[in-house]
Amino acid sequence: MEQSQSSKTSKRPLQFRDTNQTDMSAWRKKGRTDPENSVLDHQPPNDQKDDNEQDSLEEAFRYFEEVQDRVSLKNSILQKHLTAVESVALQRGLPPEGFNVLLDVALSGKFGDAVNTRILRSLIPASVVPEDSVVSSVSWLCVSKCSGNVQLLFLKWLITVFDFIDHKEQLNALYGFFFSFLQEEKMCPFVCHLLYLLTRKENVKPFRVRRLLDLQAKMGTQPYLQALLSLYKLFCPELVTITLPRKMKAYFRDPEGPWKAAINTVRQRNQENTQVARPLFLGTAQPQSQKRKWNTQISIPASSRNKINFEEDREKKCIDLHSTNESFPVEQLQTFSQLLQNIHRLEFPSQMGSVLTNPLLLHYMNCFKDESVNLRLYYWMEQTLQQECTWCVVDNSQYEEEFKNFLETVYETECFLQEGFSSCEEFLYKSLPLWDGFCCRSQILRFVSWIPLRSSSEIKSHLYNPLAQLFFTSSLYFKCSVLESLKELLQNWLNCQVTRLDSESDSEVHSSNTTLSGLVNTIAELIHFVGWISTVALRLESNHTFLLHFILDFYETVCDMYLRYDLPLLIMPPPRVFYAVLLGMDSVNLNQLCYIMHRYRTNLVTAKENELSKKKILQFKFSNQTYQEYNKYLTAMVGCLWTSNVFQKDIHPQGIAMDDELLKKTEVPDFKNSFNIVCHPALMSYAFFYLQQAFPDNTTVDFSLIKGKEWNRYLEYLYLQGLDGLKVFIESSVKRISQASHSKSGNV
Amino acid sequence: MESAADGPAQPRPSTGRPSWGLPFGRARRRSALSPSSRLPPAPRRTQVKAGAAEVAEDTQRTAFLLRKQWTLYSVTPLYRFSEAHLRDYSRLLSAFVAAEKKKGLAVEIGGELDIKVSVTSLPDLKGSDRDQAAILVQLSSRSSASPKNSEEKVIWSGWFCCVAGDELSENLPEAFTCLPLFLVNGAESNTAIVGTWFQKTFDCCFRRLSLSPFNLSWMAAMWTGCKVDKPASATELVFSVPRLPHPLHISYAINLEDAQALWATIQKTPGEITQEEVDVFMDCLYSHFYRHFKIHLSATKLVKVSTAVASAHCDGIIKFRQSQYLTGVLMLLTELAICQIQ
Repeated sequence: MEQSQSSKTSKRPLQFRDTNQTDMSAWRKKGRTDPENSVLDHQPPNDQKDDNEQDSLEEAFRYFEEVQDRVSLKNSILQKHLTAVESVALQRGLPPEGFNVLLDVALSGKFGDAVNTRILRSLIPASVVPEDSVVSSVSWLCVSKCSGNVQLLFLKWLITVFDFIDHKEQLNALYGFFFSFLQEEKMCPFVCHLLYLLTRKENVKPFRVRRLLDLQAKMGTQPYLQALLSLYKLFCPELVTITLPRKMKAYFRDPEGPWKAAINTVRQRNQENTQVARPLFLGTAQPQSQKRKWNTQISIPASSRNKINFEEDREKKCIDLHSTNESFPVEQLQTFSQLLQNIHRLEFPSQMGSVLTNPLLLHYMNCFKDESVNLRLYYWMEQTLQQECTWCVVDNSQYEEEFKNFLETVYETECFLQEGFSSCEEFLYKSLPLWDGFCCRSQILRFVSWIPLRSSSEIKSHLYNPLAQLFFTSSLYFKCSVLESLKELLQNWLNCQVTRLDSESDSEVHSSNTTLSGLVNTIAELIHFVGWISTVALRLESNHTFLLHFILDFYETVCDMYLRYDLPLLIMPPPRVFYAVLLGMDSVNLNQLCYIMHRYRTNLVTAKENELSKKKILQFKFSNQTYQEYNKYLTAMVGCLWTSNVFQKDIHPQGIAMDDELLKKTEVPDFKNSFNIVCHPALMSYAFFYLQQAFPDNTTVDFSLIKGKEWNRYLEYLYLQGLDGLKVFIESSVKRISQASHSKSGNV
Repeated sequence: MESAADGPAQPRPSTGRPSWGLPFGRARRRSALSPSSRLPPAPRRTQVKAGAAEVAEDTQRTAFLLRKQWTLYSVTPLYRFSEAHLRDYSRLLSAFVAAEKKKGLAVEIGGELDIKVSVTSLPDLKGSDRDQAAILVQLSSRSSASPKNSEEKVIWSGWFCCVAGDELSENLPEAFTCLPLFLVNGAESNTAIVGTWFQKTFDCCFRRLSLSPFNLSWMAAMWTGCKVDKPASATELVFSVPRLPHPLHISYAINLEDAQALWATIQKTPGEITQEEVDVFMDCLYSHFYRHFKIHLSATKLVKVSTAVASAHCDGIIKFRQSQYLTGVLMLLTELAICQIQ
C-alpha cells in the first residue's frame, strides 16, 4: 500500500513542488529580515545550534507542505520531521509562518489521528498566530476531513491561543460558521467558549438567541449556554428576556491541553534570551503558585495604560483641547521607529514596574527625566525586593528561583540604563548583614557593581563591613567573585565620573553633595578597601595564584585612572600584593604586574608633565608619597628582574632587603643571582626551555650561559612567548635605567 | 530617584538588649523610636482640650472602627489619586470586583451588581491639616432574596489613613498622595481584589505590616500610661517561647492599676516617653515574673499586647478599644508604616 502511495506522489504535477519552494524561500527571507514578527529571529545569528534547529524546522515545514498522501506514523522520515517540529516548539515556540503549514496538514486528514494530534499539540506560538492560518483551518473544519477528536482538539487549541491571534476581524466574519458547530453535541461547550470570546454586539441576532434557547430546551441549562446567553443579554438586553441565575461558579471548563504550560515556558525562555528587542506579549499572567498571598508574588506588571474615564471628563471632552485620545497607547508600542514617531505623545504605563521588561520604554525613560517616574519605579522595586528577599523573610526560601530571575531582570535593566537604582542600593544595605553569601550569590554580587557613585559615609558601614565579614569567612571562589564585582563597581563609577565631568562642562549645574573631591574620596575609599581585603585574603589563601589574578585585574583599572578616566587619583597596590606577585611562581601574574607598573609609570609621568608645564590648572596634585611609593616598587622590581641586586637595593620598608652577612648564612650559593629574568622562579622554566633550544647539545642546564648577547636573545624569546607586559615594562623602565646608569628616580 | 537618594538612614538605636526587630532592623527611623524622646500618642494637654460634644461626635463617626480586628498593611504613595473622584473610583472598583468574581467574564461598568463598592472619605481621621483625609472602602452585598430596598450588609472594609505622616508626605511631588497605612477587616480574597485594583490604578505597593516585639513593648508602655474613663480590663502580654517542638505561649496579665502605678514611678516627664523608660518598665515586669515563676521572659518573644486602649498582635493585627485614643494609636502605626516603605 505504501508503495502505491509513493508512486502516486511522484505522479503528481511538478509545479506544486515549485510553488512550495518559492513559498518556503519567501518565508525564510521574511523570517530573516523582519525582526518584529518572530522571536526566533532575535536569537544570536552565530548560534550554531539554533541554526541547525532552524534548518531542520524549515525542512520539516517543507516536508509537511509537500507530502500528499497518508504516511504511516512508523515512517522514519515523518518521525524525524515531527520530532524536529516538537522540539523547536517546546523550546522556543513556532514562528508565525509555520502555523499555516501545520494546521493545513493536521486538519486536512492527510495523516492518521495520531500524527494530527501530535502536530496540534506542538502548535506553541513563539510570538503570534497569524489570523489567516486560523481562517484557512476553519475552512478545513467545515469540510470535516478530520475526525471528531481532532476537531475537538483544534477548538481547545484555538481557545487557548485566542489571545495570540494577531487580528480577529476575519475570524469574527466566520462567526456564523462557528455558530453552526453548536449542533455537534460534543463540541458544543468549546464552541460556546469560543463564541463567548468572539462575540461582539453586532453578532447578537434574534435567530441566534432563538437557537440558543432551543438548545437549552434540548440539553437542559448548561453553564456554557448560559454564559453565552448572559453575554448576549449584556449586549442586547431586549433580545434575551429570560432570567439568568446571577451567580455561577464557573461557566467554562478550562480547555485542558498541553499548551498553556508550554506557552508560558517558551515565553519565559524567549524573554530571557532576548535582552534588547523583547516583543510585547499579550496577557501577562505568569504561572504562579496558588499558596502565596495575593501581594507577595513577584510579577512584573504588563505595560498597559490604565486610563480612567471619569464621567465628568466624558462630558467635557468636546471642549477639551488636550484630549486624552491624542496619546499613544503603550500597548501598541512595538518598534523603535514607533517610539521615535510618538515620543511626544507617549504615556508611561499605569504600573512603572512594567518598564523592566520593555526596552523601548526604558529608552523613553532615559530621555524623560521625571521625578515621579523614578519615584514610582523606586517604590515598586524596593517593596518587591524586600518582600521577596529569600533570606530576609521567613518562608520565602522556596521561591528562590523566582527571586533570582527577578534580580536578574533588575540587573539587566541596570546594565541597559547604565545606571544603578537606589532601591537596589538600599536593598543591598538592608539585606547584606543577613546574607549567607550563598543564596542568589551571583545576582547579589552583580548588584554590588551597580551601586551608584556618590560621596557618602554610608558605604563603609553598610557595604564594606558586611561584605568584608563574608569575604574573610568564605571560599576562595567567593573571594574572587567579590573582587570581580568590586572591579566592575570601580569601572562603573569611573564611567559615571567621566560622563559627569562631560555634562558638567556643558552646564554649570552641580549639586553641592557631589563635589569632585567627595567623589574622589569615595573612589579612593573603595580602592583602599580592596587593598585591605586583598592583603588579608592573600594571607588566608597563602598567595593563591587565582586570587592574585583577580586582585591584579582590579589594579589594572586602578593604574590607568588618570589617563583613561581623567581622575586625579592614583593609588599603588599594597606591598603584600606587590611582593606576592613579584616573588611568586606564576609568570602570568608577574607579566600582568609588569604591565600595571608600566601603566602607573605612564600615568605618573603624564601627571608630572602636566604639573610642570602648568597647562592645566590642577585642582589636585598627586602627593609625593605616591611617586615615592612607585619608585620604591620600581627599584625592587628592577633589582629583582634585571640587575640581580634586589637584596641590596630594595628600599621598601616591607621589602626584602637583607644584609650580605645574613644572606651568606643561608648558604644559598650565588644568592645574588637568584632573582633576575633568568633565575626568577616564575621565569626559570622559560630559561630552561630557551637553553634547550639555544644549546641543544648541552646536557647540563647552565643558566649562567644566558648573559651578554645571549641575554638579549633570551629577552626576545620571552617576548615571543607572549610576555607583553614584561616587554613594555622593560622597554619603558629598564632600558633607560641601564643607559642612564641608574638615575631612574629622577626621571619620574 | 533623587528624593530617595539619600540612602538608608542611621542605624537603629541600640536598645541594650537583644531585639528581634523588623525583618530589616536597620530601617530608617528619624524621629521614630529614637532613644531620645517622643510624645505619647495622646498627650494630656489635648485630652483635656477635647470637648465633650466633639468627642461624642467623633465617637459616632468612627465607632465602627472600634472592637474589630484590623490587619495592617503599609502602602507606598498613591500616584494620581484624587479625592475629587471618589465616586468614579467606586464605580470602577465595583466593576473590577464583579469582573474578578466572575473570573474574566464580561461585566458592564455601572451596571447592577451583586456586590456594591463604596469609596468614601473619613475626614476626621487625621493628625493635622497637612495629612490626607482617610479613605474608606467598603464592599457590601445585597441579599439575593429581595434585591430591592433590602439592607446592604458590609462584607469587607478597608481604610487608608495617614496620621502625622509629614515625614513622608513633605518630600513627595504633588502627583503622589500619602496614605501609608491600610487597615483591613474581611476576607483575604476581597483584600486581594481591592489591593490589586489600587496597585494597578495608582501604581502603589501593599505590604503586610508586622509589629516587632520591640515595637510591641513600646505599645505596652505607652498604652499603659493612658487614662481611661470606664473600668478597663487588665493589661495582658503574651509571650511565645521559641525553639520548642510544640508552641508554648505564656500569658502575663497585670491589673491596670498596678501597671499604671508602676509606669507612674518610671516616667520622668509627663507627656514624654523615652526608650530607657520603656526598657525599665519591661524589665520590672520581667523580674517580677521571674521572682514568681523562675522564667526569664526576656528570652522569649513578645507576640501580643492587649490593653484598655488597644490590642496589637505581632502578625500585624490591631484592635482599637477607645475612640479617644484612635488617632494616637494610628499615629504610631503610620510611623511604623512609613518606616517600612522608606
